[in-house]
Amino acid sequence: MADVAVNTKRAQRAAAGPYGKLGQSLNELDDRLGIAKGGRTFLDKIFPDHWSFMLGEIALYSFVVLLATGIFLTLYYIPSQDLTTYTGSYLPLYGQKVTEAFASTVNLSFAVRAGLLMRQMHHWSCDIFVGAIVLHMGRVFFTGAFRKPRETNWVIGTTLLILAIVNGFLGYSLPDDLVSGTGIRIAYSIILSIPVVGSYVAFFLFGGNFPGTSIIPRFFILHVLIIPLVILGLVGAHMALLVRQKHTQFPGKGKTENNVVGTPMYPVFMAKTTGFMLVVSGAIALLGAFAQINPIWQFGPYTASRISYAVQPDWYMGFLDGALRIFPAWSFHSFGFTIPLEVTIPAVIFPGILFNLIMAWPAIERKLTGDNEFHNLLDRPSNRPKRTAAGVAVAVMCAMLFIASSTDVIANFFHISLNTVLWAMRVLCVVTPVLAYPLTYKICREMQGFAGAGKRKTTNIVTRTVEGEYVATPAPAYVDDLAHEHEPEALPVPTYVVDEEAVAASDTGGVRRVAR
Amino acid sequence: MSEHEQRTPVQLSTVSSDDPRLQPAARRPELVERVIALTFLAGIVLIAGFGACYWINAAPWTLGATFGGGLFFLGVGLIAWGKYLMPRGPFVEERHTLANSPEDRNAFAAAIVERGGGVIKRRKLLGGLLGTGMGIFGVVAAFPLVRSLGPLPKGTLFHTDWAKGTYLVDITGRRVHQDDLAIGSIVTVYPEGMQDTDNGQAVDQTVLIRLSNLDFTTQKGRETWGPQGYVAYSKLCTHLGCPVGLYEQQLQLLVCPCHQSMFDVTNGAIPNFGPAPRPLPQLPLQLDAAGYLQSQADFNQPVGPGFWERA
Repeated sequence: MADVAVNTKRAQRAAAGPYGKLGQSLNELDDRLGIAKGGRTFLDKIFPDHWSFMLGEIALYSFVVLLATGIFLTLYYIPSQDLTTYTGSYLPLYGQKVTEAFASTVNLSFAVRAGLLMRQMHHWSCDIFVGAIVLHMGRVFFTGAFRKPRETNWVIGTTLLILAIVNGFLGYSLPDDLVSGTGIRIAYSIILSIPVVGSYVAFFLFGGNFPGTSIIPRFFILHVLIIPLVILGLVGAHMALLVRQKHTQFPGKGKTENNVVGTPMYPVFMAKTTGFMLVVSGAIALLGAFAQINPIWQFGPYTASRISYAVQPDWYMGFLDGALRIFPAWSFHSFGFTIPLEVTIPAVIFPGILFNLIMAWPAIERKLTGDNEFHNLLDRPSNRPKRTAAGVAVAVMCAMLFIASSTDVIANFFHISLNTVLWAMRVLCVVTPVLAYPLTYKICREMQGFAGAGKRKTTNIVTRTVEGEYVATPAPAYVDDLAHEHEPEALPVPTYVVDEEAVAASDTGGVRRVAR
Repeated sequence: MSEHEQRTPVQLSTVSSDDPRLQPAARRPELVERVIALTFLAGIVLIAGFGACYWINAAPWTLGATFGGGLFFLGVGLIAWGKYLMPRGPFVEERHTLANSPEDRNAFAAAIVERGGGVIKRRKLLGGLLGTGMGIFGVVAAFPLVRSLGPLPKGTLFHTDWAKGTYLVDITGRRVHQDDLAIGSIVTVYPEGMQDTDNGQAVDQTVLIRLSNLDFTTQKGRETWGPQGYVAYSKLCTHLGCPVGLYEQQLQLLVCPCHQSMFDVTNGAIPNFGPAPRPLPQLPLQLDAAGYLQSQADFNQPVGPGFWERA
């Protein structure tokens, strides 16, 4: 009977069932939400173990830090371009006419306890966020993790990268200091360069001609509400798709296209990933403590007719700044109209092509290879030399553009003429990607021919015989790698990549003949 | 069980409780536990230290060091716990195809195409009207959403506040006299009354350079523009609108610090290096009776970076 008094501890325990009070509350939850089965599946979800899978986690956790520190900053920051007289504790600025935005940023750095730490953490975690996204993207690209069925997640990820860069720029602009203000001026001019509608877009975005009075409040609401909301939604979709489609994995013992091998969500992965979140946050806090970033009080407030020297934007804007520096002065005038190609091409058309190419890559690759199969096992980059070479070429070009954003600093530092540096970077930006492609391709092909490619090196065991001769025998291979040899099919190569050269090389009994 | 068998992944739900895969990964779990305990202790001490540093309002770096160090140690300990003291695995999870059976797919497609499509196809007029309505709504709604954001550019980008007889003043509002600048000196000037305004700062800003003590002609047709060796150019770079704030006195070049465009001030500020496509517009100058500098007129072309409407 239900209404028998339960008054002894033993009776209470018995009534609660084998899993105690917690089990009872879980039952109550299941009554209402029906979570037991799905919940169990979720707890049992298997996560593959590979260091490169952490890159996405770094991105996720630096975003968590961004949200937490960002909320703190909004409590003190004033998004206004109204002028005020600075009367805070930083004496070199005392009595100066500055905007509310600038004054409140300086105040939250100096007058609010832990404010400077939070601001520096926010800035550092943004740089790390974008960096981790780029590295994560490289991992996904070079291992072919974007292939069917994960094309949608690739597009979401690329959108997240673009949003992260845009929001980084907006946030960088908010303090309204001399350096960031110049950045906004350049952004305005870039928008102005768009053919036909440029001046309208610029006037609508800025509420009039530069600088206007609306840009800081508008950037603020974009930076703290609209774009973060979109990012948050897309991050949710990114992870939901990941759970739905399950992880990819590198080939190995017992790993097939039809399973996932690794550690379970609960408790192993949960412990590791929570620990990793703390480590990422801790590392960002240590950077915020010891590595000064964006000391706006040294730059001073923004005044449109003042400028600083040898300043670069945050690293993720570097490739655009570099492109703007090295692109020739090719303005186009005709029929009474101007297309400022010296701005439009490097700052509008080039990033447009780049990001569209990245987004479309899964479709492009499918078209080129005719491979429409599902792929859950990852590629070794060297097994896909053309894709790897294409990726390296684009990465090298972006790296060169990034370096080109410091032409003046390089010229100063190495005491070479600016002209030499400029032309060197112009040549390098064109030549290095062209060279990188065949070079990477060749390296990949060579790596395919390696005996033991893809396996860990084992030690040599050196023994001395009774005659005094030293003999080196390789230690047995790792069990994981042995499994490889037992099942050579573990690396399924779809027919389209089997070309004669590779087959010929494998037919020679491990001796690779290089055709000359 | 051989090592080989132990390393074969199995499904989590099928393992017995004595399976070696559920054992900790560490060879000496007690030792690992002690090390992790020490890491956690370090984390606790540092996190408490953060509280103390906050309480006494210590220097910002101490806040970050204790806060970051504390989180870092707790995190490292937790990772080690997960890696060494939790079930070592490996476990496997089957992957099932996401696609449904052909019957389910057909039923889904049929529902959309036949049930929905049929209804809409048969009512083309209604569909067309609704589409038109929504289209008009989209266009009309764009007006309050987009058009209200700012004024139309109209002529704004073509003109500055310089006009015939406008006095040149420096940032403090003081008029510039012909005896003020030594040869080779430079000063940023604004139209009188505009030096404190956004437009004055952002659009009208002009560099005034004294190149000699005789009238200076920078280009044909500008014979009267440089009285007493004074020449004035728009300070907005024609590349991206940065203030052209550097003057290389020996070479008589104005240099833009943003992307290193260089303008020859003796020759109509024609760019001779960098990405700027056009010369800086020159401001025609004149002297009033007392020797103060004035502009003869506005710049003869739009200042700053290029845009579509610019001829």
